Amino acid sequence: MKPCLDIRRLSAVLPNGQRVLRSVSLSVQPGEVRALVGESGAGKTMIGKAVLGVLPKSVRIVEGEMLIEGDDLGRLDAKARRTLIGARTALIPQDPLTALNPSRRIGAQMTDRLVRILGWSGERADKRIRQLLDEVQIRDPERVLKSYPHELSGGMRQRVLIAAAFAAEPRLIVADEPTTALDVTVQKQILRLIAQLQRDHGTAILFVTHDLGVVAKISQKVSVLYAGKMVEEAETAQLFAAPQHPYTQALIAATPRYTDPYTSLKPVDESVLAGLKAEIAAADKDWRPGHG
Amino acid sequence: MAEPLFSVRGLKVALPDMTRKPLVGRAPLAEILKGLDFDLPKGSVTGIVGESGSGKSTLGRALVRLLEPSAGAIAFEGRDIGHLSEGELRPLRRDLQMIFQDPMSSLNPRHTIFNIIAAPLRQNGLGDRLKERVAEALHRVGLPQTFASRYRHELSGGQRQRVGIARALALSPKFVLADEIVSGLDVSTQAQILTLLEKLAAEMGLTVAFISHDLSVIRRLCQQVIVMREGRIVEASATDALFDNPKEAYTRDLLAAIPLPEIDADWLKPKAPA
Repeated sequence: MKPCLDIRRLSAVLPNGQRVLRSVSLSVQPGEVRALVGESGAGKTMIGKAVLGVLPKSVRIVEGEMLIEGDDLGRLDAKARRTLIGARTALIPQDPLTALNPSRRIGAQMTDRLVRILGWSGERADKRIRQLLDEVQIRDPERVLKSYPHELSGGMRQRVLIAAAFAAEPRLIVADEPTTALDVTVQKQILRLIAQLQRDHGTAILFVTHDLGVVAKISQKVSVLYAGKMVEEAETAQLFAAPQHPYTQALIAATPRYTDPYTSLKPVDESVLAGLKAEIAAADKDWRPGHG
Repeated sequence: MAEPLFSVRGLKVALPDMTRKPLVGRAPLAEILKGLDFDLPKGSVTGIVGESGSGKSTLGRALVRLLEPSAGAIAFEGRDIGHLSEGELRPLRRDLQMIFQDPMSSLNPRHTIFNIIAAPLRQNGLGDRLKERVAEALHRVGLPQTFASRYRHELSGGQRQRVGIARALALSPKFVLADEIVSGLDVSTQAQILTLLEKLAAEMGLTVAFISHDLSVIRRLCQQVIVMREGRIVEASATDALFDNPKEAYTRDLLAAIPLPEIDADWLKPKAPA
């Protein structure tokens, strides 16, 4: 089976030549949730943006390939690339308030993508959106569709964006820290919804998060990143049962667990980070685009 | 149990509700804290947990008297400080210190770390032996002395939060309010900062109110816990009792909603109808 997303040896640099992605390879199979976990600066959001074709101008991809369902994005011109990305992918963003236009009603914003990008009729888009609002368990769609973003709670806004993301049946959804801004009880509801819709629609998800707890609950596979480098990848169950890389082990041990207050929350040993940095520096020294 | 440093009775706080402010005139008041009773025993760390809007930060700000209560008493060392004037509070300020959530916005970008830590010392009449005191403060939080001449942008997130702690503790306060002090940090840094605070609180015999949305962190750090919701205390008890035997359904829901870093296939399954 062709992977839904296939990233091969992707490297990106800033204008000053600093590498922000270091020969990252990962694939997401159809219908699978792949978590991308790392601390700030790990490059996890960068990878999501690269997939969606919305990297900041200052970041330049210098090597590697990205394939969506076997189609190499690098071989398409800009317009064809945008069309393909628009048709097959969607985003669930971190902060629903900044992702929504404050001065337009929810209903209009939800149908935008369907009508303007995919060319659906207004009626068809409207019907589809109501169907999805039902799937994300919004019981009063009339009120929500007429609301402005500030009139909804954080959890409601995130439900709306999840519905919008699934509406056009994308093959792949990039979920970029979709529950980080939410309270724990709301987070659980939202994770439950994402898992439910993901299963029902058979959508693949690239789930970007910094929270190993969320990784454990939502994903089947996981990639651990540090400073733009893939540190470890594994089946999620395997990663928690027997983490291989010292950095992964340290991250898991540093994550607080109320069930285990005194063995969790272990500060990461400096030597682990020093080892990683040395590894990266050595790789960078010999690296030339195309020969990494 | 040790005698209380803080003894709070019937505490209410009302703040202007800007969402209901008329075009002209004052915003009506909304009651944020609706009558709280609790003690903070001397030398203990108390966790205050709740979801957004529960009033946990408002409670913290009332304790250090950045807010004035609308009703009730806040007794600090037996004296009600709830309605003291700014002038009357002045000598108490050095005993009531804060560590902030975001060290980036709570450190002045134009001051050196030395001046940031020195400022409260000067203001509280401890301007003599400044160099020595700042050096001690830096040492206490594990920062090298060379950091004194640096600026906040030259520091990592964890180092900045160490400066925030150094500044709060430089005055040897009796009480420290720590409001979500690790929620902006990566897990690896978070563990360092929390173990540092844990160690310093024990060494210096500090009384700490540790506000957090993260019950896992609270279990490790705190001797007792106050669970808040919508301006009221849902449940307050010793930490182990609260975690091992939560009495309120809301506390149990909060605990069940925490995604622990371990595999649990049932966690995302819809709740069975009760």
